[in-house]
Amino acid sequence: MMEHTNTFLNSEDRGGPAQPLLLVKDLKKYFPVRNGLFSREKKFVHAVDNVSFSVAKGKTLGIVGESGCGKSTTAKLIARLINPDSGKMVFDGDGVVEYGGIALKDFRKNLQMVFQDSFASLNPRLTIEQTIAYGPTVHGVSKLDASKQAKDLLERVGLEPEQFANRYPHELSGGQRQRVNIARALAYQPRLIILDEAVAALDKSVQAQVLNLLQELKRERQLTYLFISHDLHVVHYMSDEVMVMYLGQVVEKGPVDLIFNNPAHPYTKALLSAIPSMDPGKKTLKPPLEGDPPNPINPPSGCRFQDRCPVVKELCRNATPELKGVGDTSDHIVACHLAEERHI
Amino acid sequence: MMKDNIDHPQPQYQKTKGYWHAVLRQLKNEPLAIISAGILLVLIIAALFAPWLAPADPFKASMLKRLMPIGSPGNLLGTDELGRDMLTRLMYGGRLSLIMGIVPVFSAFCIGTTLGLIAGYLGGRVNMVIMRILDIFYAFPSVLLAVAISGALGPGLSNSLIALTLVFVPQIVRVAESVTTQVRQLDYIEAARMSGSSNLSIIRVHILANVLGPVFVYATGLLSVSMILASGLSFLGLGVKPPEPEWGLMLNTLRSAIYNKPYIAALPGGFIFITSIAFNLLADGIRSAMDIKK
Repeated sequence: MMEHTNTFLNSEDRGGPAQPLLLVKDLKKYFPVRNGLFSREKKFVHAVDNVSFSVAKGKTLGIVGESGCGKSTTAKLIARLINPDSGKMVFDGDGVVEYGGIALKDFRKNLQMVFQDSFASLNPRLTIEQTIAYGPTVHGVSKLDASKQAKDLLERVGLEPEQFANRYPHELSGGQRQRVNIARALAYQPRLIILDEAVAALDKSVQAQVLNLLQELKRERQLTYLFISHDLHVVHYMSDEVMVMYLGQVVEKGPVDLIFNNPAHPYTKALLSAIPSMDPGKKTLKPPLEGDPPNPINPPSGCRFQDRCPVVKELCRNATPELKGVGDTSDHIVACHLAEERHI
Repeated sequence: MMKDNIDHPQPQYQKTKGYWHAVLRQLKNEPLAIISAGILLVLIIAALFAPWLAPADPFKASMLKRLMPIGSPGNLLGTDELGRDMLTRLMYGGRLSLIMGIVPVFSAFCIGTTLGLIAGYLGGRVNMVIMRILDIFYAFPSVLLAVAISGALGPGLSNSLIALTLVFVPQIVRVAESVTTQVRQLDYIEAARMSGSSNLSIIRVHILANVLGPVFVYATGLLSVSMILASGLSFLGLGVKPPEPEWGLMLNTLRSAIYNKPYIAALPGGFIFITSIAFNLLADGIRSAMDIKK
């Protein structure tokens, strides 16, 4: 019985540790824009444009970038909350929603999401326990088992079940609500959790507690995280690998230390220099970047960063840079024509 | 170091009650709503038990006692143009008037919420088709629409109920649709979709409960409109037929007495006014009681 409640949805680790848990290839999503009732011309927002990456088992991939760069759209595409225009996803060796692969329903059991707005992500008319138990009952777990499991999970995320199980979301603080969201995500025994700005709305001390809880849970349950954030401190703390996005594309990806200590892309450098210093004597006088990102409806040909790049060359305006390894490592990749010459 | 010898009381965890329980508790702080509810209760009881409570026969006319003033012995609220007891007729008339107020709104609530949920949840083409068809109804002023439909169907109680229902359906669908569209975009619906549950289950568990409240409040506000429209239909001869007592109809037949016995002639109107005000204030009270913020 106990065994059953603990493993009811879990799919086993099939590919072994070397198999990436999630492999995303050429993911693409253009949103059509209507410009007027009678306009024939169709325009598209290039929200996510040929994004490819992989997440290793038990690791955390941090995704950073300014707002509007496609971080959240990427997350929703992976969760299939919106359907991609094209692209392929492989979950632990199985193609997602394709012939001979893993069905959407089974894929979703392995993947859960925690959203930024802790209030909007809880149904105000359900008690905390009902919210957590809802998913498992949908998948056929008995009400009694689901409720018992919900209480265990509440206990695990640090909320006294006796006190909180029968409460409603509006009676909880932001941090407590986010803990409930985490408990709900864990109710399916998922292997991959997408944390979409999950701690962005919390104040610093609560943020730290929730981050530590997430780290503990990751170790305990061999979870893999996709950690989306605009807060570079938090990303540095949480991630094993970091992926930087700009205007719907991946511009740089690599191990967290390499990205933070030795960024190769000028955009990553600008992002990192925007981190406020701990030393009050050090003041940033000049903004690291000028201007706004270009309109995603008509991204410039060539490198998308060309208009804001401090070291732009003629080549950048003509040819689109490919993701290439930096130096001799293949895990640190960057999409910049100039990265190579400056590193060698 | 001082020894902590204070008896720490064990924290008492209050069991949280359901949402509607909280609303009811909030409603106790709305004196106007409580008074309105009381007035409505008295009116409903008076209408419901009219055969036992009424002092006279509502159809018994008397040529000798025509248009007796208010406070006459034996006729507390006077008599109408055919000498029938006003109090009795007002009590009996309350039955039809309240039915005409409540039944169309209730049926429109059921039909409208269903349509609005479908349109709002599915969105896209389905939404377009449902909402544009209802816009045709919406284009007419509601009085005109009610008169036109019941004129086409012919006079009678059931026909006016149908006409009024048709008048209110588009309005309720609009509210239900817009609330559903808002709720549908919230993260907890996405979280429910992530759990792989079916659309039906999402609508039932996550959307319905959150849509019903605002639509309910809106519908309560329509009760008074429905009563007034129904009275209007009866006044125009499209609703209930004489000698059946109904407030709107009574207002019509007493019209001729407006110059010599204005208070008697105004009585049915006064009852329509009080009832609709009470419905409106109750709706307002429920609205603010339901506004439980975080």
